[in-house]
Amino acid sequence: MNDGILRYNLVERVMHWIAAITYCYVLLTGLAFYSPHLYWIATLLGGAPTSRYWHPWVALVFTAVLFWMLRQWLGDMRITPQDRAWGDAVGHYIRNEDENLPPIDRFNIGQKYFFWVMLYSGIVLVLTGGVLWFPELIPWSLRSLRYAAVLLHVSAALISIGAFIIHVYMGTAVVRGGFTSAIRGEVSPAWARTHHRLWYHRVTGR
Amino acid sequence: MSTGALRIQRASGHAGPIPGEDTQRRMQVAKLIDTTTCIGCKACEVACLEWNDLTFRDTVFENSYQTMPETAWNYWNLIKFNEHQRDDGSMMFLMRKDQCMHCADPGCLAACPAENAIVQYQNGIVDFQQEYCIGCQYCVTGCPFNIPKFNSQTKKVFKCTLCSDRVGQGLEPACIKACPTGCLHFGTKDDMKELAETRAQQLREHSGYANAGVYDPAGVGGTGVIYVLHDITNPEAYGGLPSNPRVPWTVRIWKGPLKWLGNLAMIGGLIGVTMHYLRYGPKHVNGSGEEGGRP
Ligand code: HEM
Ligand code: SF4
Ligand code: SF4
Ligand code: SF4
Repeated sequence: MNDGILRYNLVERVMHWIAAITYCYVLLTGLAFYSPHLYWIATLLGGAPTSRYWHPWVALVFTAVLFWMLRQWLGDMRITPQDRAWGDAVGHYIRNEDENLPPIDRFNIGQKYFFWVMLYSGIVLVLTGGVLWFPELIPWSLRSLRYAAVLLHVSAALISIGAFIIHVYMGTAVVRGGFTSAIRGEVSPAWARTHHRLWYHRVTGR
Repeated sequence: MSTGALRIQRASGHAGPIPGEDTQRRMQVAKLIDTTTCIGCKACEVACLEWNDLTFRDTVFENSYQTMPETAWNYWNLIKFNEHQRDDGSMMFLMRKDQCMHCADPGCLAACPAENAIVQYQNGIVDFQQEYCIGCQYCVTGCPFNIPKFNSQTKKVFKCTLCSDRVGQGLEPACIKACPTGCLHFGTKDDMKELAETRAQQLREHSGYANAGVYDPAGVGGTGVIYVLHDITNPEAYGGLPSNPRVPWTVRIWKGPLKWLGNLAMIGGLIGVTMHYLRYGPKHVNGSGEEGGRP
């Protein structure tokens, strides 16, 4: 059986894995400074000053990739009426009763929300991260910007972490084949029909 | 930087209690700065540079006695010259020695994520230990007095140590020793407080400064540097001394509730997905025996 359907082309896969690796690095170094109980992570990653030095630079790469993704996937990420119908029935999805779900296109509404949550928290993180990076450039009279930035940076990071946990869990443990498709690019026709029927019809013409 | 014989009672980025905390009697030390007898001679600035081996720093000229706008990573002690107009229109100088206040409740220490980079000794001195500093500058955000200063070359932060190396050896700070007018005093906090109150009373009763008072702000738990001011109702006039300094509330939330809420949420999320997996497991693909999507 060699009739795989191309789900992610090479560019999309490269893009995805740059985002994933940079996000994980930024997440781990960020968490190290977030809690004294997690400071050891910085030691594992080459020491705290090193982690502090690279966190913002790697984070810049991550945010750049987010915008690259936006350009590549904007068309696929718009939320449609079919998505809303699917979203209303999401309880079935959670309980693995997928036969009761309406058909959808390339991404389901959860995946789309994940994308938008990452994009918007990425924007908040880059803006507030800039303030954390160079607090000495913020004049004393505007110090409330610094005070706001520390709260917003962590809050946006926590929101993205919540989304990230679900994303990784779904992509590896629940929707088997998703992880392989993000690496090799292909899915089986049955997979496509089950999870993304409209997309399956669209790309295969069947 | 030197710990000398001083014992630590609080450390930044440290989970759990400090070993040996509270095993000794705590004698709080304090510096008393009487702004009413300061003549702005800058002897204390020079003494600070000399004792701490700090190099020369460029000065600016802005048509005033102020040689630089604020303290710097290699200039921890700066006299702020403020030309102040009295009610009758005449001019007077308000001169204030600006340096770390050694807060009892230090915002710098609360904000710092690096274990031991900022410590508070049992005598109240707040000290930065640069070997542990990671250069994140959270302390800059946490300090209500604009004191910690970043060296972008070494990526470390510096400030007045209250001469902890001297105090640990039973000496008074270098700036105190250099002061020619006796406007600087050093001793236990209780003694300094008493001396300051006596001086303020003298100013009120005999020198016509009806508002004279002692600056020892409660918002940061009191400070290890206290001022006698001619006018305690207007500390801002002394080069931006905040009238009610506090650790910013966002820093408190960030370092308090947001930490444990965030930790709970992250652990909850991991438990949640694990429970989901145990209850529902992976999805199956219709119309083929396979579970995965491999073609
Ligand atoms: C371009 C974007 C970003 C910039 C410029 C930036 C910059 C910074 C800086 C300068 C810090 C201070 C300490 C450190 O360097 O670790 C910090 C802390 C942190 N960052 Fe970022 N960051 C960015 C994106 C992110 C992202 C995508 C995450 C995702 C999880 C994140 C999570 C964190 C966390 C958790 C902290 C620790 C907060 C704390 O100490 O409580 N950051 N960030
Ligand atoms: S004045 Fe600033 S640097 Fe000094 S102890 Fe207080 S918070 Fe820390
Ligand atoms: S820059 Fe300040 S807050 Fe950051 S590690 Fe150094 S002393 Fe601590
Ligand atoms: S106490 Fe020491 S370090 Fe602090 S201002 Fe005086 S001389 Fe400088």
